[in-house]
Amino acid sequence: MKFDIVLAGVGGQGVLSVSAVIASAALDQGLDVKQSEVHGMAQRGGAVQANLRLSDQPIASDLIPSGSAALILSMEPLEGLRYLDRLSPDGTVISSINPVTNIPDYPPIDDVLATLGRLPRAVLIDSDKLAREAGSIRATNMVIVGAASRVLPLDPSTLERFIASRFASKGEKVVELNLRAFRAGREAAAR
Amino acid sequence: MAEHVLLGDEAVALGAIHAGLSAAYAYPGTPSTEIMEFLRVWQTRHGAPHAAWTANEKTAYEEALGVAFVGRRALVSMKHVGLNVAADPFMNSALVSVHGGLVVAVADDPGMHSSQNEQDSRFFADFARIPCLEPATQQEAYDMTREAFDLSERFAVPVMLRLVTRLAHARGVVRTGETRPENPLSKPADRNAWVLLPSNARRQWRRLLDRQGAIRSWATESPWNRVDGPGGQVELAVLTTGIARNYFIENAGDLAEPVVHLHVGAYPLPQGLVRDVAARARRVLVLEDGYPLVERQLRGVLPSALVVEGRESGEVPPDGELTPDLVRRALGLEVKAGMHLDGLTLPTRPPQLCQGCPHGDSYHALQLAMAGFERTMVASDIGCYTLGALPPYSAIESCVCMGASIGMAKGAAEAGFRPAIAVIGDSTFLHSGLTALVDCVSANTDMTLVILDNETVGMTGGQPTMVPSSRLQAIVLGLGVDPDHFHVLDAHPRQTEANAEVLARELAHPGLSVVVLVRECIETARAKKAEQAASRGRS
Repeated sequence: MKFDIVLAGVGGQGVLSVSAVIASAALDQGLDVKQSEVHGMAQRGGAVQANLRLSDQPIASDLIPSGSAALILSMEPLEGLRYLDRLSPDGTVISSINPVTNIPDYPPIDDVLATLGRLPRAVLIDSDKLAREAGSIRATNMVIVGAASRVLPLDPSTLERFIASRFASKGEKVVELNLRAFRAGREAAAR
Repeated sequence: MAEHVLLGDEAVALGAIHAGLSAAYAYPGTPSTEIMEFLRVWQTRHGAPHAAWTANEKTAYEEALGVAFVGRRALVSMKHVGLNVAADPFMNSALVSVHGGLVVAVADDPGMHSSQNEQDSRFFADFARIPCLEPATQQEAYDMTREAFDLSERFAVPVMLRLVTRLAHARGVVRTGETRPENPLSKPADRNAWVLLPSNARRQWRRLLDRQGAIRSWATESPWNRVDGPGGQVELAVLTTGIARNYFIENAGDLAEPVVHLHVGAYPLPQGLVRDVAARARRVLVLEDGYPLVERQLRGVLPSALVVEGRESGEVPPDGELTPDLVRRALGLEVKAGMHLDGLTLPTRPPQLCQGCPHGDSYHALQLAMAGFERTMVASDIGCYTLGALPPYSAIESCVCMGASIGMAKGAAEAGFRPAIAVIGDSTFLHSGLTALVDCVSANTDMTLVILDNETVGMTGGQPTMVPSSRLQAIVLGLGVDPDHFHVLDAHPRQTEANAEVLARELAHPGLSVVVLVRECIETARAKKAEQAASRGRS
């Protein structure tokens, strides 16, 4: 079994938090994990991607080859389209529908969502709304993890355990909020 | 033995700690920054080893050299272009007889994710005639760091550990070993071995050359250099270095014909192994992330029966980061097709100044000030403020190397251009702008220096600057800048027009003027606030 994920978003959206939760859960389930991140200049409001590879065999490359990703997990709809060449023909795109329009030439959002919708396997999530309902817009990234849990080769309860431990230092309320966000994302992706 | 999930950078830091490190020095630079970040957190928790940011890479290197002089183990870390700044002590340190292990960790940036060039530090190791270790995995980064200290003491030379962005900033599992104690303090037995006066330097240079044979034997026998694959003759031999091995393994299963694979993780190039492998193949494909160092060493001027392929010959592009797909193509395999996009052109999304960044307000003031002049030139430098080159600001016109803006504006002014303007950040000014300002004061150059003081090293994540703002101002005046043409302004949007007036006056002034625009980085301010809230919560 191998499962390659391209995580996409904009600097500051918490792509690395998403990556860290999934990677920790995978390690806990005995999988080999390679995670390649973006640091420095590129993080400042620019396009950000992380490569996350999970496998029950040793993984050689830190980078995902073309046409190999099982999942593109995107915090933002335009960024969900940027790495399609990496997506396997039977792969899934899970993306937030909420744009980050910090560039002057952001295409009409309806066009972006329509393009995503034409992909054979696309799941579009109103992550901002679900995060707000869960208690805070800052939990958007855990909504995305929840949506991903529908296709990840990981036990949802393991993911929940690592979300809890990630936010434990911030108190019980913050843990509960992020778990609610995770479950909302998971439920939304089932529809 | 414990297991950790670490970035390549963090694996280097932990390897150094477990090797009995006494002190480490660095100037922040992507992709090397997390080595020192890790050591600083460790020092806070455990009280040792000493781990310090420095004014620049040259001072970092010299401080590490001092640790090695007194017999203890030192790590100095930097990005590739930082080694240019430290090149003077680096090259000369190869000639002294190092007796406390000295390891130079350099993180290169093939593909220029956040750098001005993609120079390959292995050339510097070769240039200095010192051993170089190049890890392919986080585990190797840990193990090789430990070994590098032993090697440094064994051969009495500094040892380079060469990383690339893709390893430095990727996480993997690392199994760690025992912690070795620190070396006792001891001074060099032969004092002249550290005094590079020509008579001593000639002797030390000869000593370094005499050691090359032993260093080459070590590299040939090192388990980091090894041959895999079938015996006998083959069509293709593949020579990988560093993380190129990972991309080769990723694709090797799809090859129809068996190939011999030589991996090089330890330099100088193991010539014996290379000869053995070359004798068994008609072609050798060299895969390396960075410049064609090994390929050039294999490729002669005269024709040869052996075909050498790589970045120089075009099988791999001469620039950019190596990827599994590029390796796949070079191996003659078809790259797997992914999905593609119809009907929508994706705009790029470049990095940009944060919302509310003080530099944005400073650039706005500068542009208002320049509006009254027919022509202007704005030399700038490296830091967050370099993003002011992009729209909507388009406020600056150069970014060459740390500290270059001040010297460039001076040159332009002396060529007759006015008003010549230099822009620089507070940390970059201390790094290598100070000495250029000394030149300007001495010549009373007709130019204006604008220091954008956000009280932090912003681009690499908010490391502390070496001195607070108030002292930075005293330093500028201390160099002899005329107090009548020295201004400290608040870089607040409410002050933009007033700041523009001061700037316009100084641009018109025929002589040197310095304007400091101060306001704390919004990210640093936010981080401080969060830290204060957290400590209130703890108490």
